[in-house]
Amino acid sequence: MSMEGAASQAGERLTFRDGAKAGIPVAIGYIPIAVTFGLLAKSAGIPDSIGVLMSLLVFAGASQFVGVNLLAVGVSHWEIVLTTLILNLRHFLMTASLSRRIAPGTSKKWMALLSYGVTDETFSVASFRREQNLSPSFVLGLNLIAFLAWNAGTWIGLFLGAGLPQSLQASMGIALYAMFIGLLAPSLKKSRPMLVIALLAAAIHSCLKWVPLFKGLSAGWGIMIATVLAATVGAMLFPEEASA
Amino acid sequence: MIDSLWLLVLGMGAVTYIPRMLPMVTLENIQLPPFWNRFLRFVPFAALSALIFPGILSSTGNMKSALAGGVIAVLLALLRVNLVLIVLGGILAAFFCM
Repeated sequence: MSMEGAASQAGERLTFRDGAKAGIPVAIGYIPIAVTFGLLAKSAGIPDSIGVLMSLLVFAGASQFVGVNLLAVGVSHWEIVLTTLILNLRHFLMTASLSRRIAPGTSKKWMALLSYGVTDETFSVASFRREQNLSPSFVLGLNLIAFLAWNAGTWIGLFLGAGLPQSLQASMGIALYAMFIGLLAPSLKKSRPMLVIALLAAAIHSCLKWVPLFKGLSAGWGIMIATVLAATVGAMLFPEEASA
Repeated sequence: MIDSLWLLVLGMGAVTYIPRMLPMVTLENIQLPPFWNRFLRFVPFAALSALIFPGILSSTGNMKSALAGGVIAVLLALLRVNLVLIVLGGILAAFFCM
C-alpha cells in the first residue's frame, strides 16, 4: 500500500470522539469569547432570547459581535445582514478548500450538516490534520464540541454575568491566536512554499490594515483578499504539488 | 421589536450558512484543474496567516502581553507541544505580561 493510500485510509477511520478531542483547543478558546459576547449582548440591551438564538443560528464570532454593536447604535437590519454576509464570504474559500479533504463518497446531506459548523477555527483544525481524507464523523465531532462551547459560553455571559477577573479575560483573547500559531508553525518549518505564502498573506493583510488608502475595508474583506492573493501566488509560483 | 429581531437573526444565520454550505455541497466530487487544486491547498496556510496577523497584536488590549503570548505560542509550537498546552501557555504568557 502506498503512503498516500495509508494516510487517506487512516483519515477515514477517524471517529466522532477523535473529532471532539481535536476540538478541545477550539472549545477552550471559544468559551471566554462567547462569555464576552453574552455580556456585550446584555449590556447592549438585546433580549436574552435573541442573544441565545444568535449563537445557535449564526455561530460566527465576528458577525455576532458586529451585529450586536450595529444593533446598539441603531443601524438598520438590512445593513446588518449585508455586513454579516460580507464578513462571512471568506468561509466560501475555506469550505471550498475543506470540501476536498472530506472522505470521498460523503453524501450531500452530510456535507450540508458539516458546513454549518465550519468556522475559522474548526476549519483550521481540520485542514491541518495529517490525514488527507477526513471522515464526516470526525468533522462533526470537531464542529459539535466547538458549537457547544460557543453556546455554553454565550449562556454564561448572558445569565451569570462576568465570572472571570478582567485581566484574565483579556489574556484569554490570545487563546485562538495561540491555537492558529500552534497549527501553522510546525508545517511552515517543514515546507518552504507554505512559509513564503503565509508570510505573503500576513504582509498583504497588514498593508490592507495599515495603509490609509484601504481604511474603509471591513475585516472580512481584508482576510479574504489576503487569502485569495497569497494562495493564487502560491499556485503560480509552486507548480509542483506542494505537500500539505 | 422582538419579532423583527428574530427575523434579523434568521437573516444573519442564512447569510452565514450559505457561503459555508455552497462550496461544501457543490465541489465535493468535482474534478478541478490542477491550478485550482493547488490554490485550494494553499488556502489554509494563507487564511490562517492572515487571521493571525496583524489581529494578534490587538488581541489582549495590550501589545506587550499579546507579543509575549504570541512568542511563547511560536516557541511551544516549534517544540511540537500539544495544541491545548500551546493555548494555555499563550494565555499564561499574556496574563503575566499584562
